Amino acid sequence: MNAPLFRRLFDVGALRREFPILEREVNGRPLVYLDNAASAHKPRAVIDAMTRAMEHSYANVHRGIHALANETTQAFEAARKTAARFINAPAPENIVFTKGGTQAINIVAAGIEISPGDEIVLSEMEHHSNIVPWHFLRERKGAVLRWVGVDEDGRIDLDALEQALGPRTRMVALTHCSNVMGVGVARRAIDLAHAQGAPVLLDGCQAVVHGEVDVAALDVDYYAFTGHKLYGPTGIGVLYGKAERLDALRPFEGGGEMIDIVEQGRVTYNAPPHRFEAGTPPIVEAIGLGAALDWLMAKDRAALRTHEDELRDAAMTGLRAIDWVRLHGGAPDKAAIVSFVVAGAHPHDIAQLLDQQGVAIRAGHHCAQPLMRRLGVTATARASFAAYNTLYEVEIFLAALQRARTMLT
Amino acid sequence: MAGSETDAAIDEVAREFALLGDWEERYGHIIDLGKALEPLSEPERCEANKVRGCASQVWLTTHVRDGRLYFRGDSDALIVRGLIAILLRIFSGRTSQDILAADPRAAFSRLGLADALTMQRSNGVIAMIERMRHDAAALGAAT
Repeated sequence: MNAPLFRRLFDVGALRREFPILEREVNGRPLVYLDNAASAHKPRAVIDAMTRAMEHSYANVHRGIHALANETTQAFEAARKTAARFINAPAPENIVFTKGGTQAINIVAAGIEISPGDEIVLSEMEHHSNIVPWHFLRERKGAVLRWVGVDEDGRIDLDALEQALGPRTRMVALTHCSNVMGVGVARRAIDLAHAQGAPVLLDGCQAVVHGEVDVAALDVDYYAFTGHKLYGPTGIGVLYGKAERLDALRPFEGGGEMIDIVEQGRVTYNAPPHRFEAGTPPIVEAIGLGAALDWLMAKDRAALRTHEDELRDAAMTGLRAIDWVRLHGGAPDKAAIVSFVVAGAHPHDIAQLLDQQGVAIRAGHHCAQPLMRRLGVTATARASFAAYNTLYEVEIFLAALQRARTMLT
Repeated sequence: MAGSETDAAIDEVAREFALLGDWEERYGHIIDLGKALEPLSEPERCEANKVRGCASQVWLTTHVRDGRLYFRGDSDALIVRGLIAILLRIFSGRTSQDILAADPRAAFSRLGLADALTMQRSNGVIAMIERMRHDAAALGAAT
C-alpha cells in the first residue's frame, strides 16, 4: 500500500530547472516572467542544440559537397520533419521555414492571385501580423477586407462569418488563439469557409504553445506559427500549406535556393517548400526550433496544458475577486493568456510598478488595435503563462498588483 | 554650460530624489508629481500636440515668451505624467541655448531614474525630450 494516492501530473520545479534564465533576479527579486505570449524562454535542450551546431557541425545547407554541409543539411531537413510531425502535416514538403509567424502570413498574402474586388475575411481580434499583409492587398490590388466581429470572450461570430463569405472570398485569415483573449476559431469556421470554396489561413503563433495542433484534422489550408513563443529561438517560423496550395502560390522573395533554372531571359522555380526559402535560411535557428519541438513532444503535453489551465484559473479567480479589475476575455476553457484593466490606472503604470517588484507583464495594444477599439480601451495589461510558471508566481503577481494599485490611487 | 538655469534645476531635483530610499519611495514621489501636474485642456490634447508614443499617449505644448520656451505636457499614464513634471521643472522657461546644452539622459541617471527613462522609450518620454530639443533648435535658428 505504498503506492501514491495520485500521480503528480508534472513536476514544475524540474521543468523550471531546464530553463537557466529563470534563476535570475530582476530589481533584486526573483524573476516572475508572465510575458510568455510575447516570447517564451528557452530550455537547456534548445540552447545546447544551437551551441552544438555552431561548435561542431555547421556549414551552409544544400548543394554543398563536403561533410559539414551534408551534416548541416541533414540536421536542417530533420528539423523540417520534426515540424511536420509536430502539427501532423502529411509531409516535410508542406513545411516552409520562415523568419517567423509574420513572414509566414506575408508569404501567403503576397503569393495568392488577387483581382480588384476580391475579398479577404478577417476577425476583429487578429494580430496586426494577420491584418497588415491583407491591407497591402487592399492598397495594392484593390482587395476588400471583410471583418467578422467577436464577443466579449473573444469568440468569433460564426453567423457573421457565414454572412461575410461569398463567391469573391479569396482568403479567410483567422487566429487560432488570440494573443489578447486566449481564444481562437473552432473547426466549424474552417468548414464554413470551405463550403464557400474559400481557403483558410490560421495564425497559430499562440495556439501551438498551449495545446496540440493537428493541421490534417483541422483541414486548414495554411497554418502559420513562430518558434520563439514555443520555447524555441527567434528568427525562425513555419508556414504550413496543403501541397496544392503551396504549388499554386507565387514565390514571395527571389534569390538563391528557390530557383530551378536561371537564364538571361527567364527563370523557373524550385518546388515547394524551397521555392519560398530564398537565400541562406536561418540554419541554426531551424535546428534550434527542431530541438524545441522534440523537447516539447517528449513532454506529457496534456499534463502541461492541465498545469497551464490551473495557472489561468488561479489568475482569473484572483483577478475576478478584485472589484477594481476588469477582465477582457473570460472564456473558461481558453489558453493561459489573461488581459485586464485596472480602474483608474493606466496599464503602462501597472506594468512599470510590477516590473519594480520583479514581475514581467505586458501593457499596450498588443498589436491588436481593432480589438482594442472593439473592447473600448486603448490598452490592456496582459499576464500570459508558460508551462514553467507556478501557482506561487500567480500569488506574487496578484500581491504585486495590489501594491501597484495602492501606490497609484 | 555649468551654472545654467537648467543645471540648477537638475541639481534641485537631484537633491530631492537623494532623500528618497527604495523604489517604492522613488516611484511614489514620481506618482505624486504626476498627480500634481496641471492637466492640458481637451483642445490642447489634440493630434498636433501629440508626441508619438506607444502604450500611453503623451502631449506637449510649447510657447515662446521673451526668448524663452515654456512647455506644458500631459499623458494618460500617471508615471509618465510624473516624468513629464520633472522634465518641465528642468526645461520649461529656459533659453534655447540652455535646453540644447543639457543632457537629459545624464540628468535622469543622476536622479536614479535611468531605468524609468529606458522604459519610457516605448511610451513617448524620449520622444517628448526630442520634441523639446527640436522646438529649442527651431527657436535658436529663428533668432
